[in-house]
Amino acid sequence: MVSASCLSGYSTYASFPSKAVPANPVSDLPSSLDLGNCFLLAPPTYMGPPPVSTNQAYSQYAQGDIQNGPPPMDHSMAQPPVCQPYSHGAMNLSGPHPSYPQQYGVQPSMQQMTNQMSGMQVGSGPLTSAGPGYAPSLQSVLPTPLQPLPPIHKLLTQCLVPPPSLPLPVSLQPPNLTMMALLPLNNNLSPPPPPPPSQPFPSSSPYSGPPPSSQPRAPAVSRQQSFPPGPPPPVQQTFPNSAPPPVSQALYSGPPPSSQPGPFPPTFASPAQYPAAQPPSQPGPPHFHSGPPPQCPMPPPSMSQQQANPLPPGPMQQPPQPGMHGGYPTQQNGAFGQPRGPQPGYAGPQYPGQQNYGAVPAPTPAPTQKRLDPDSIPSPQASELPAVQKFRHRIDPDAIPSPIQVIEDDRANKSSEPFTTGVKGQTPPLVTTNFQVKDQGNASPRFVRCTAYNIPCTADMAKQSQVPLAAVIKPLAMLPPDETRPYMVDHGEAGPIRCNRCKAYMCPYMQFIEGGRRFQCGFCSCVTDVPPHYFQHLDHTGKRVDCCDRPELSLGSYEFVATVDYCKNNKLPQPPSFIFFIDVSYNAVKSGMVNIVCQELKTLLDYLPRENPEADSVVRVGFVTYNKVLHFYNVKSSLAQPQMMVVSDVSDMFLPLLDGFLVNVNDSRMVIESLLDQIPEMFADTRETETVFGPVIQAGLEALKAADCAGKLFLFHSSLPIAEAPGKLKNREDKKLVGTDKEKSLFQPQSGFYSNLSKECVAQGCCVDLFLFPNQYVDVATLGVVPVSTGGSVYKYTYFQAEMDRERFLNDLRRDVQKPMGFDAVMRVRTSTGIRATDFFGSFFMSNTTDVELAGLDCDKTVTVEFRHDDKLSEDTGALMQCAVLYTSCSGQRRLRVHNMAVNCCSQLADLYRNCETDTIINFFSKYAYRSLLNTPTKTVRDTLVNQCAQILACYRKNCASPSSAGQLILPECMKLLPVYLNCVLKSDVLQPGADVSVDDRAYLRQLLSCMDVSESHVFFYPRLLPLVKLDGGSLPMAVRNSEERLSKGGVYLLETGLYLFLWVGANAQQELLSNIFGTPTFSQIDPNMTSLPELDNPFSQRLREIIDSFRSQRSRYMKLMVVKQEDKAELIFKHFLCEDKSASGGASYVDFLCHMHKEIRQLLS
Amino acid sequence: MATYQEFIQQNEDRDGVRFSWNLWPSSRLEATRLVVPVSCLFTPLKERPDLPPVQYEPVLCSRANCKAVLNPLCQVDYRAKIWACNFCFQRNPFPPSYAGISDVNQPAELMPQFSTIEYIVQRGPPNPLIFLYVVDTCLEEEDLQALKESLQMSLSLLPPNALVGLITFGRMVQVHELSCEGIAKSYVFRGTKELSSKQIQEMLGLTNPSASGPQGRPAAPQDPAVTCRFLQPVHKVDMNLTDLLGELQRDPWPVPQGKRPLRSTGIALSIAVGLLEGTFPNTGARVMMFMGGPPTQGPGMVVGDELKTPIRSWHDITKDNARHLKKATKYYDALANRAAVNGHSIDIYACALDQTGLLEMKCLSNLTGGHIAMGDSFNTSLFKQTFQRVFSKDHNGEFRMAFGGTLEVSTSRELKVSGAIGPCVSLNAKGPCISENEVGVGGTTQWKICSLSPSTTLVLYFEVVNQHNAPIPQGGRGAVQFVTQYQHSNTQRRIRVTTVARNWADAQSQIQHIESSFDQEASAVIMARLGVFRAESEEGPDVLRWLDRQLIRLFMFHLRRSPFLQVFNNSPDECSYYRHHFVCQNLTQSLIMIQPILYSYSFHGPPEPVLLDSGSILPDRILLMDTFFQLVIYHGETIAQWRKAGYQEQPEYENFKHLLVAPVDDAQEILQTRFPMPRYIDTEHGGSQARFLLSKVNPSQTHNNLYSWGQETGAPILTDDVSLQVFMDHLKKLAVSSAT
Repeated sequence: MVSASCLSGYSTYASFPSKAVPANPVSDLPSSLDLGNCFLLAPPTYMGPPPVSTNQAYSQYAQGDIQNGPPPMDHSMAQPPVCQPYSHGAMNLSGPHPSYPQQYGVQPSMQQMTNQMSGMQVGSGPLTSAGPGYAPSLQSVLPTPLQPLPPIHKLLTQCLVPPPSLPLPVSLQPPNLTMMALLPLNNNLSPPPPPPPSQPFPSSSPYSGPPPSSQPRAPAVSRQQSFPPGPPPPVQQTFPNSAPPPVSQALYSGPPPSSQPGPFPPTFASPAQYPAAQPPSQPGPPHFHSGPPPQCPMPPPSMSQQQANPLPPGPMQQPPQPGMHGGYPTQQNGAFGQPRGPQPGYAGPQYPGQQNYGAVPAPTPAPTQKRLDPDSIPSPQASELPAVQKFRHRIDPDAIPSPIQVIEDDRANKSSEPFTTGVKGQTPPLVTTNFQVKDQGNASPRFVRCTAYNIPCTADMAKQSQVPLAAVIKPLAMLPPDETRPYMVDHGEAGPIRCNRCKAYMCPYMQFIEGGRRFQCGFCSCVTDVPPHYFQHLDHTGKRVDCCDRPELSLGSYEFVATVDYCKNNKLPQPPSFIFFIDVSYNAVKSGMVNIVCQELKTLLDYLPRENPEADSVVRVGFVTYNKVLHFYNVKSSLAQPQMMVVSDVSDMFLPLLDGFLVNVNDSRMVIESLLDQIPEMFADTRETETVFGPVIQAGLEALKAADCAGKLFLFHSSLPIAEAPGKLKNREDKKLVGTDKEKSLFQPQSGFYSNLSKECVAQGCCVDLFLFPNQYVDVATLGVVPVSTGGSVYKYTYFQAEMDRERFLNDLRRDVQKPMGFDAVMRVRTSTGIRATDFFGSFFMSNTTDVELAGLDCDKTVTVEFRHDDKLSEDTGALMQCAVLYTSCSGQRRLRVHNMAVNCCSQLADLYRNCETDTIINFFSKYAYRSLLNTPTKTVRDTLVNQCAQILACYRKNCASPSSAGQLILPECMKLLPVYLNCVLKSDVLQPGADVSVDDRAYLRQLLSCMDVSESHVFFYPRLLPLVKLDGGSLPMAVRNSEERLSKGGVYLLETGLYLFLWVGANAQQELLSNIFGTPTFSQIDPNMTSLPELDNPFSQRLREIIDSFRSQRSRYMKLMVVKQEDKAELIFKHFLCEDKSASGGASYVDFLCHMHKEIRQLLS
Repeated sequence: MATYQEFIQQNEDRDGVRFSWNLWPSSRLEATRLVVPVSCLFTPLKERPDLPPVQYEPVLCSRANCKAVLNPLCQVDYRAKIWACNFCFQRNPFPPSYAGISDVNQPAELMPQFSTIEYIVQRGPPNPLIFLYVVDTCLEEEDLQALKESLQMSLSLLPPNALVGLITFGRMVQVHELSCEGIAKSYVFRGTKELSSKQIQEMLGLTNPSASGPQGRPAAPQDPAVTCRFLQPVHKVDMNLTDLLGELQRDPWPVPQGKRPLRSTGIALSIAVGLLEGTFPNTGARVMMFMGGPPTQGPGMVVGDELKTPIRSWHDITKDNARHLKKATKYYDALANRAAVNGHSIDIYACALDQTGLLEMKCLSNLTGGHIAMGDSFNTSLFKQTFQRVFSKDHNGEFRMAFGGTLEVSTSRELKVSGAIGPCVSLNAKGPCISENEVGVGGTTQWKICSLSPSTTLVLYFEVVNQHNAPIPQGGRGAVQFVTQYQHSNTQRRIRVTTVARNWADAQSQIQHIESSFDQEASAVIMARLGVFRAESEEGPDVLRWLDRQLIRLFMFHLRRSPFLQVFNNSPDECSYYRHHFVCQNLTQSLIMIQPILYSYSFHGPPEPVLLDSGSILPDRILLMDTFFQLVIYHGETIAQWRKAGYQEQPEYENFKHLLVAPVDDAQEILQTRFPMPRYIDTEHGGSQARFLLSKVNPSQTHNNLYSWGQETGAPILTDDVSLQVFMDHLKKLAVSSAT
């Protein structure tokens, strides 16, 4: 609940915005100006001082575990009260407070200011009124941790003011959690008790100079502020009393409560929730006590401590703040907590912070500026501007919204309880959170994730908000073992029961009427008779008596057995076939690929997909090798030896044999093994370097046509197909085009040949998987056309070397062969009247505007659907969507998988913003942008992205956030990570290639992304960076943010990008650590070429390998492990993935980008 | 002086030559009046066990456009070591190696008994024989099995160093690679797409030897035996090939109800031709195609795959309803010419109950000297033995086949060559002795005969060009020299030279002599060939009319009724088949074809030849008829009843048993040597197969005159054809009237 309130704080977030904040602070009131300044200034600032500050903060954090998360909470708690008191005054105070960390430092102050401002305003005006509202709102919010956000600013403000209201306490606890996220930022920012912290941290280097002071101050300040504020007004009282009282806290966000919880700990679950985060946060608190300086260095002790802190602050008000800052700073997470704090504290703290900065950090440290986030910069004090500028420079990365914190909070809050899908409009846990799903009528988020769970009722609203309405659907997703796969429903010979008009399938949204004799469609409202065999009486609530016994009436996902009417040509389908096409040209043989594939297939063929694990697979297989001609193999079981049939007439491909080409593995095992043994020998001395490609696919297509079945082609291909044949390609790689209007041509296929071919493939249900082993340009953009259009995958192993890449390739191949999939699929998304599926993204083909045709659909493939309004929606009924996928199973059974999803409709934008999922939005945006690249200059695509995000945030600011200075960056809680993620998208190789990124790589990634699910896209854009310390126990170490600053020379880190795993080894890593991992204590003896870790008999090594294995098992592609030694050449590659940093290719750092976003937003608002 | 009969026989035995006239009219005018042109049947490789080849090169006339070979007819000045060419009168010095020559030390070629002499020459490396099997797989299981066995068996008959290749076809065409171990490889071609020779070679990886073959094996340029993985020595691959043939499957593509299997015969042949063309041009090779039905797709298709559309009949052809006929014929013609140019011959072994398209494909064999065998099934002894007999050996243990032959004809000045008819194509060699009057394949002095057997016989037509006002001195002789170069089956290059001479005679003063020198048998065959040749190229009725005009003078009643000219009762394929053999068989066989032989067996005496007349068909006789293509044993009504009653089993009727066995034994004797194997028919009065006999005999009794005919026994023939009697009546009438 609190968190929710905090959310409002987020606005603070908005403020966090690294950039914005900093800038703001300076500019303060003149925010706009400030911002401008910020930007301008920002660059330089960042360059210099700001970083330092951040570093320092980090260092501290790092050392201490530090996630500020928890502490912030406390602080925030404290802050809230502060805020109130300050509220009005806060404004003024804020000025001085500028305490915000250097960057933010300034900003923070600003933000805080704003926060405070907002808080104050609220408090002053609305407060009272709000007060009442609060209680309820909070309560309501509290129940569902997630929801807390909604209240956002208003809530916060309310909270702040009314905090006193009784309800708060209770609500607080839960809210805390949520709030946490928000607050932390503030904390971070504010924390830095001016000078002291800086000194200690100075080490942080770059920032050292100016930043230190700012940072420390900021954090301190913010917290202090928060605390202080709390105490003065009723809020304070609340604090002292207990967590609950912290109503104010509630307002601020969860954090305060949590901190308070310290005392409460026992009572509230909060501890549990926070556990992870809290620890760090707590540390913060202690600091507080101690005072600014100590705080920074010291890690927060524990909840209790925190509690203690809060209390003290209360009375202390300002003084405590400094301390607080110290604590928070360390915890970046603090952001969350801070945010909350910020709001309250912001106003106050910020000013102070600013003042501090401007004048002397020491004094005001307290004010700190968590404000960063907040729109800190009320900027009231224009006079302070100069200072502000400085601050801007010093924006503290810790003060800006931290993905890690958000992830950790969500994990803490949502992984314990199963997620039930029964409630409409509920946002599921993040993809990074482990949770169990209980299907109660809506599809599991593993199948369907939406960008928004509250859809605007009208098109105008949707347009105004610019929030995309889309669903990311993974129809055949695999479920964890503890969740049941969709039940099979058989409606008999007549086939599934459907609405007469819109043809929607029977689902929980069908309303049975007239005693059960008819049903009304939830999508189109048409009334349809219930067939006699399906009739059932209704109970007193109007539900069918058998409701619970029938999956199609009670679950979100289930499958129908399809009848012959659903089959091609009205004929039941044959089991599918797999055909392996192995390139045997010189390069392919030499790289060792041919040998590896042949060896592997011998065993892999025993693992063809099957539905009954006991039975043999009914999938038939066929083999072809090729260079510039094709060699088909007759492996009929009756033959003593396989027979090769060469087709040299590639201009007009045909299938040279029928009988004996596609065979059952068990029947022909001897012949197949003989064949696979001989292929490498036969071509060992080949000198043929030319290959064909189009005819290869044509051959597969012909084979499937001849066998009258669907199937999948596995192509193992090495080079650009330059041999004379249809689909021949020329080398058109031209890096000079990058950055020009013609860049798009690099993503377009060379000719229409493959598009036409893919149409034919789709018509036959011929899915193509392509494994590429290029040594040079192969034109992935063109070669990938068929795989992408047929629901296939492209795997690329550039410079494939048998020793190095064997494992990765084989694991990919194994998984690709074994994974469950459907063939010859058609997907259709039906929606309730008012919205319509208008656009689709993914690997498929569409011959009309509604049917998504997939020659193959495997468990990893995702289809993203965008919806548009074509009418009004009603808040009463919400909106429904039903995704039906008709496919042929690997056993040859025709089935229909149905996923249903109901979401709420809202007439208030706030509801929309409160129920969004940023990860999904990013998934959608990236797919949208990547596809746009085909037709639009890259720059335009990037601008469009930035613009739309700016509009989203501006709309929020305008319509949902409490009025505050334009200089404040206010972000909705649900979207506070939007800027950082968006920045990652913009910096991706596809949209902003570095000099070393080949045209093929970009095309490859572009295609790869098109069918990624949210969890993959998340890690793809924001890799997971784990410090490898203390690996004992079952849990993973907490991730750190993707920035070089977070790396300690003495540490070892594991980075997961979704495609690769990097093990970064600091130059000063402890010998013991190295021994444990590598078996050698010497840094220089580590072999940077190793692709797997030595199996050492120590717990650390075992655990590390377990972690790596578990990471790999979570991804659809095997991640190759690369060991990167600090200062090594390869480190450049590694650094490329540190996406919060400025990239070598010119991508903005997170902080810079945030400032930029802020500027954009302000322009939109002005 | 012996009789002409003996002279003719002697000449034939020695030189394999039979002239229509053994005295030549000395002027063009007189020659024209003789109706039958001066012409001869020439059997280039007539078996001469008594003729040992000489191991040196022939001596040629040094005149550039003559190049005649030194022969016994040349004037030789032993002192001056000079010889005069008897064709161009060029005086040539003997080569140094003939230094020791004298009238008592003559080289063989100067001895009169060596008017035919064979030289073995060493030119280039010996070329292996090449056998390329082209096998249809759209067969019934049983047929395919039989064919596979025959093919496997044939491997043991091939000379060990011969190169062998295998192409199979059905819906697709597969060229099998034979050099590989382990996996059997084949190159597959779509059966509907026509490819140029160059494309085929590219696709088979036979080009660009410098780079790499498709398998990347370093190709040794210039050595086709290594480069070409598709043609390998039998001794190296016979195991492989035996296995390969053993695993040969019926064409696996499903044949829907009401359809014919898709047979890509045209493409298979073009690939075979292209393959050889690219790898072994101008080397003797034999493409042996085995087909079980008509080509149904691609270029060269003869009939569509719809069963409801029957294959063309004479009726369709005359009505111009045969859609594919012209196109297919043109296609195969072109192929045949390509093969012929490269010296490759094409055999067709067609075994099916229905027609298989021989009409369209006949050129393949006709122009290249290939065999055509036609049967009902591969699982018959007719096919099996015919095929086996292709590989028969002579008394020296050498195959009775030769390859890549060229025949060059030189004549004395008074004579010019009009053309040749036989399994040959023109080489378009211009020379002084070419007549402007073209008969058969003319306009050249050289012909290519891709494949030769000892019985291969050409007819050469000459024209006497001497003008009436330039009489030839008494005792003057005209000479003709045949130079046949060929590749012997033992891979040697050989040259056989036959030089013959005939006296000129003045028709006005010596007409009696000329008449007596007339060779009736040879003339019959010569004229028949001409008829057949024209029948092939002209409208049927026109040819018949032409022939009638000629025949009236030649009394060739049976020829008129033979399938060579008469298409009634014979399918187009059968006609093509019969004609093919007629134009390449020697005189004896040709005569049998024209007028079948009928023997009668009875208790009344030893077997005797009887008239080929319905009157010879009597109840107490057993008849044996040999038409070359069929051997019919016909049991008369009474005999048949006895046989049915089983008298032959009873000891007391052993004589009857002997009677029954006698014709069978005689038939066996014929079967032993005949190529192709004739259809052997054992039938009886009223048997359905009796039609083979009834269609041949002179219909002296028909349903038309049945009742007016006396008590003489015999069998009435249901035909509207005129009987010999009627024919003769007309002939006499015409003979008289034509004089006017």
